[in-house]
Amino acid sequence: MEPINIIEGEISFLDRSDVDTDQIIPKQFLKRVERTGFGEFLFYDWIRDGEIVLHPHPILVSGRNFGSGSSREHAVWALHQFGFKAVIAPSYSDIFFSNCTKNGFLPVALGAQECKAIAAAGECRIDLENQAVTWEGGEARFEIDGEIKRRLLGGLDDIALTLMGEDEIDEFEAGPGGSFGPDTQKLA
Amino acid sequence: MPKTMFEKIWEAHEVREELIYIDLHLVHEVTSPQAFEGLRMTGRSLRRPDKTVATADHNVPTDGTPTANMIKDKLSRKQVETLEENAAEFGIPVYSLGSDTQGIVHVIGPELGLTQPGNTIVCGDSHTSTHGAFGALAFGIGTSEVEHVMATQTLVQRRPKTMRINYTGTLSERVTSKDLILATIGRLGTGGMTGYVVEYAGEAIRELTMEQRLTVCNMTIEGGGRAGMIAPDETTYEYMRGKPGVPEEFEAAVEQWKQLPTDEGATFDHEIDIDASAISPMVTWGTTPGMVIEVTDRVPDPAEMPTAGERESAERALQYMGLEAGTPMEEVKPERVFIGSCTNSRISDLREAAGAIKGRRVADTIRAMVVPGSALVKTQAEEEGLDRIFEEAGFEWRGAGCSMCLGMNPDTLFEGERCASTSNRNFEGRQGKGGRTHLVSPTMATAAAIEGHFVDIRNWS
Repeated sequence: MEPINIIEGEISFLDRSDVDTDQIIPKQFLKRVERTGFGEFLFYDWIRDGEIVLHPHPILVSGRNFGSGSSREHAVWALHQFGFKAVIAPSYSDIFFSNCTKNGFLPVALGAQECKAIAAAGECRIDLENQAVTWEGGEARFEIDGEIKRRLLGGLDDIALTLMGEDEIDEFEAGPGGSFGPDTQKLA
Repeated sequence: MPKTMFEKIWEAHEVREELIYIDLHLVHEVTSPQAFEGLRMTGRSLRRPDKTVATADHNVPTDGTPTANMIKDKLSRKQVETLEENAAEFGIPVYSLGSDTQGIVHVIGPELGLTQPGNTIVCGDSHTSTHGAFGALAFGIGTSEVEHVMATQTLVQRRPKTMRINYTGTLSERVTSKDLILATIGRLGTGGMTGYVVEYAGEAIRELTMEQRLTVCNMTIEGGGRAGMIAPDETTYEYMRGKPGVPEEFEAAVEQWKQLPTDEGATFDHEIDIDASAISPMVTWGTTPGMVIEVTDRVPDPAEMPTAGERESAERALQYMGLEAGTPMEEVKPERVFIGSCTNSRISDLREAAGAIKGRRVADTIRAMVVPGSALVKTQAEEEGLDRIFEEAGFEWRGAGCSMCLGMNPDTLFEGERCASTSNRNFEGRQGKGGRTHLVSPTMATAAAIEGHFVDIRNWS
């Protein structure tokens, strides 16, 4: 994962709420077995039908409950590969938010009024370290979990970090926790 | 100190703060290939193949195609074959197309006895919330997290907030658990449960069968909930007894599971009450599951919505759905009916749907299909003669899979087609580009298939 901190530049504004991941990357593009090649299919149906026009600016601004529905991480890959580096919206679905943070793609939650103001300004600057967004005529602070922030700033690999504490997993499995759950091999 | 069921399970699985041990990892073909590839590229192994199981469901045709290599769509074939190859390479059991136990991942977990109370269960699929109906902590994850679980058998997780929904009273006759969850999402909104693990409780929940409870927890994600949970009880244990994957010392396990339900006096971050007896049969009218009304209502008028944002969303939804504000829902006429999906494709769903037919036929204006959730459900239904009841009435009887819930396989709606569907999402294009989805219960779908329009199942003879 690439480290991120300052993301600045022009904005694409998608003025809709409840933008679900089925719209972000429609199902017919989920059949790839690679992590690449999704950018060109971002919002495929909406763009093809002329419902929306999106430019690959660094920042996307949208409405509440962004990324709802399917857990498909392909949605984040598509946004990222299209050219966006961050999204600003009033709220996100939990799984989408988590998926963003595993890909060095920054989801920023700000109030609906601030989102509109940023969209109107046309460009902004996101400073992850200082948890601040500035635009012409305004600025706002955003909240982000400290551990998520640390990993984004450092471009840290979740799996490598977890495996550094692998002895704790070994210990857990040696204790009562190791006996929880079914043995899937028994059925096979 | 009294604890909620969620807290008991969470705390029993904390390897360290915010690192949770995973007891069961369910895998399917769409969200796993990049995770397996990640393991290969980093030279990591899959830590616990004995806690992992895979099936093919999203891509599989339901036309009787016998094996993966016979799938006509080249990309679908590649994805299912890739799953088989990855499963073989990493030593995990796979129930692929043609297996006796293949099926929708959220149908086979419970029916094989793999889904167990007190467990942590994840899958690269948002509807993993389904399994919480057994008193498990179960939720969907993305592909990066799938790879993390494969490599470490753990997951980095912030502790979610807790919500309890108490249903007072009992459901009216012919009102189903599908109506209960649709009404709940209609009330709370599509983001109303975001950030929460939701425990469903109260008399109306206790009275539900196990499969009806699965329907409730399944749609938790449509309200934005991280996970849905229902306390295990005799209904749970009775359902599990004798299933192949359950613990050998079953009765001893039951005694352990009896410790799971939320303690008297435990507190939740948020609690609400809903009167179950006031819930009616529900139908969605728009393009999110929260856009839902009682079947006896009229399509809402965007002009009456409280905020500009809601007005705009509603206007766009009505335009997409091809509906006029003020139209009685009972006058809306689908052209397609789909009975299936991880929400409503289990044997009891099919029994209820078949039972509502009573010798009548599907209307001439409608193409209707029934897709069992798993190969085992299909076999069971055929042993009971349900397939003949459906086929004699004019329904198509298909093979097991996700089918038209998401249209990643040949089962899709055509542009502009209207569908009464027992699935979980009415998003734009979900069942096929330009397709118009109305979410309903299996009996409501059956009645719509026969009458050619939506009907109030309570008054339908």
